[in-house]
Amino acid sequence: MIAYVVRRLLTGLVLAVLVTFITFLLLSPSFDSVVQNRLGQVVNPDAAAALKSDLGLDRPLLVQYLDWLGGVFRGDFGTSYFTSQEVQVAIMDRLAVTLSLVLVSLFLSAVVSVLLGVVAAYRGGVIDRIAQSVSLLGHLIPSLLVAIVFVYVFAVQLQWLPATGYTPLSEDPVKWLKSITIPVIALTIGGAANLMAQVRGAMIDELNKDYVRTLRTRGISTRSIVLKHVLRNAAGPALTVLSLEFLTMLGGALIIENVFALPGFGAFAFAASLQADIPVIMGVTAFAVMLVVVVNLITDLLNGFLNPKARVL
Amino acid sequence: MTELEVVDTEVVSKDEKTPRIGRRSPWRRLLRDPQAVITGGIILAFVVLGLLADVIPSYGPNEASLQAYNADVGTEGYPLGADASGRDILSRLLHSINTSMVAGLIGSSVALVIGVTFGLIGGYLGPRVRGTTEWIFALIQTFPGLLLLIILTPITKGDFRATMLIFGVLLAPGIYRIVRNQVLGVKNELYVDAARVSGLTNRRIMSRHILLSVRGPVIIAAAFMFGTAIALQSGLAFLGVGSAGVPSFGAMISEGFTNLYSEPTQFLWPSLALGLLTAALVLLGNSLRDAFQGARPKAAKIAPPKVLREDGTVPSAAAAPAESPGLLVVEDLAIAYPTPSGELRTVVDGVSLRLDAGETLGVVGESGSGKTQTAFAVLGVLPPEAVVTRGSIRLEGRELLGLSEGELRTLRGRSIAYVPQEPMSNLNPTFTIGAQLVEGLRSSGSMSKQEARERVLALLGRVGIPDPERTFRSYPHQISGGMAQRVLIAGAVASRPKVLIADEPTTALDVTVQAEILDLLRDLQAELGMAVLLVTHNFGVVADICGRIAVMKQGEVVESGPTTELFSDPQHPYTRMLLGAILDEETVRTDGPVAAPVPLGTDAR
Repeated sequence: MIAYVVRRLLTGLVLAVLVTFITFLLLSPSFDSVVQNRLGQVVNPDAAAALKSDLGLDRPLLVQYLDWLGGVFRGDFGTSYFTSQEVQVAIMDRLAVTLSLVLVSLFLSAVVSVLLGVVAAYRGGVIDRIAQSVSLLGHLIPSLLVAIVFVYVFAVQLQWLPATGYTPLSEDPVKWLKSITIPVIALTIGGAANLMAQVRGAMIDELNKDYVRTLRTRGISTRSIVLKHVLRNAAGPALTVLSLEFLTMLGGALIIENVFALPGFGAFAFAASLQADIPVIMGVTAFAVMLVVVVNLITDLLNGFLNPKARVL
Repeated sequence: MTELEVVDTEVVSKDEKTPRIGRRSPWRRLLRDPQAVITGGIILAFVVLGLLADVIPSYGPNEASLQAYNADVGTEGYPLGADASGRDILSRLLHSINTSMVAGLIGSSVALVIGVTFGLIGGYLGPRVRGTTEWIFALIQTFPGLLLLIILTPITKGDFRATMLIFGVLLAPGIYRIVRNQVLGVKNELYVDAARVSGLTNRRIMSRHILLSVRGPVIIAAAFMFGTAIALQSGLAFLGVGSAGVPSFGAMISEGFTNLYSEPTQFLWPSLALGLLTAALVLLGNSLRDAFQGARPKAAKIAPPKVLREDGTVPSAAAAPAESPGLLVVEDLAIAYPTPSGELRTVVDGVSLRLDAGETLGVVGESGSGKTQTAFAVLGVLPPEAVVTRGSIRLEGRELLGLSEGELRTLRGRSIAYVPQEPMSNLNPTFTIGAQLVEGLRSSGSMSKQEARERVLALLGRVGIPDPERTFRSYPHQISGGMAQRVLIAGAVASRPKVLIADEPTTALDVTVQAEILDLLRDLQAELGMAVLLVTHNFGVVADICGRIAVMKQGEVVESGPTTELFSDPQHPYTRMLLGAILDEETVRTDGPVAAPVPLGTDAR
């Protein structure tokens, strides 16, 4: 078990190295624009060359990359070219904002979709129709539009909630909750729509299996069949979708943050990439890949816990 | 908006002209689906409007005029007003359509080309190639797409076409997986082998057979990806990724959003257009799915059989005739299923059976004769769409039809139990065998966990499992089919039922195991004094253990009587035919696992 986790984390590490290296290669043509961004439009060639060697950008690519990688393993992601802030500190601050949006939304989507999806699958009828309409509606409207409409109605018109800004959870939990409420709702609507359809589908697939009928003939209660036996089997496919939904929501959050002027990952990464702030871009990439690796690992471990056939002990 | 309405009516009239025949072609079905026609019309209208982007408005999308600064809707030359830079909103809106369409086209076609190509390669060629493609596409999928596109801004220079090219690659795994799955499925079908035998090259086999079968799912996915690409492009433009000179919904929404307090209509137009376009695409995608893959799965209700009489009555226990109660009496039972056209098709038509305490009744007939449906009706576990249109099922004089799931539950396990046909699929793969049996035992009686555990272990030993402790802790995939069937028998007899319904209990098993299982059933019957209703298509099995036989054909009982009589003097030609079949083989007819022709439950539908 521990060996498995270690092995998965090591492959994840290899993946991260690979992805960051490719990113670095892709970024290399824009090194000149870094210099330009720092020095302004009219560039004195000597000053440009001096800055380039100052930043170490004139060295061979592989050397530069290995230098960066060595720093990362010592816990040093470098400093931003433009703000002189330590990259890991800056990223952690931004990531906290984005992750609080994504994780809360993901959790809410999971709860809503399991509740609705399960009942819709085994009861049918009105609840099923409601669930399917909700799912369709969530698919129809891009979360960006949902967010903007909510801002207009609840923040601008009704003034129930702040339209913009972020309060860290550690500072004031109530204000934190208020500052993420609308963005979380906007993200949850889209996420729940997708997940609900998946949960319902997976539940129906399982409910149609032979063992359900056999369990019924043994006198086992419907509640136990649905909530214990069928849900556990349906949870596997649903979990996989949930982990993909994490990626989708991460993307969605980057845009939604902007609507609410939340100091998250999206605006940060965008500003860095506009300026070609190489250390920040590399740091963002490395953190994102590791995040994905960890989420996938958790998904697989949960899957193994739920389904003995998928166990890897 | 008026243009849209015009298109709608036009399209509706076209719909009426569509001939009402030819339900087979998915395209025809699509044309008859109003949702598809309307959403298709809306998308078409968008395309036309986009093409006329240089013709309809008086100004170019980036022509700024100080006089027109925040012009109101309806201002001369600015029908939808102008934005904060004095640019014509209508012109920008129409040009944004083109941006969206190009974005959607690039994104979905790149995904299609890459996904289909590698899906075909990965699916058709050997597992080694597939391993590689699988790995690459799994890798692509782990990229957080939007973040990657943002990070790569220095490379794409913010050109939305370059961005969409990359996004197409990120979308490709979805298409890849669909194509790979379809190809793997088709590859194992016999007709591809046949094609190979007849000398067709691999490439021709792929293009002819496989592309045809992947067409539907791929078209559906492409429609959804088109919408995803448009939504993503808008999101990026909203963030500011992209050159300012390219008008797009996202950029317009972003500009309107900063003006939200003073000029809310500026934000309204692009939002409406984007919302309408993406909604139309999703709905069209849904219609495509319905047309190509049939209706989406219906809810799988857990409920007792629906009883629907022509006279509207539900039989009651009181109405049952008092004389000759019998243990289990089925009288004039008829079961029907709704057809797509809404009528009921009868699959069991007037079946009467009678089972007395301790006896064994064989119900014999070919696949589709309605024997399994009859068994399910007795257990109250018919599929949710089934309807009981006639008849009565009485257990010890008590009418079962019309009972609720809760009432039936108190009978199941204790009064009436079931041994299924296919052992593996009838065990829940995620729970240990012990846990499944203990739960069944405890739900039909008040037993402590410890008692139930001991009883289950004893039962497992009784049904001939060599190491009960180990099997108790095992998961279903860790035991053999024969062991699994013994486990299911143990589960069925655990609460000492009065009636055991065994539905082809040996069909899916190895020949050598079949006789052992039949012996076990016979022994248990004698031991517990159960009555057994044995459903089978195998006369050899019947001859082995049944006292009486009912022969079923096409939903009706054609002949019934004591086994000895039926064997020596069969009356019905069908019985004679079935008997002839075993006499020809000269041995007890045996069916290996492959010979189980129809999965349980699909029988007679």
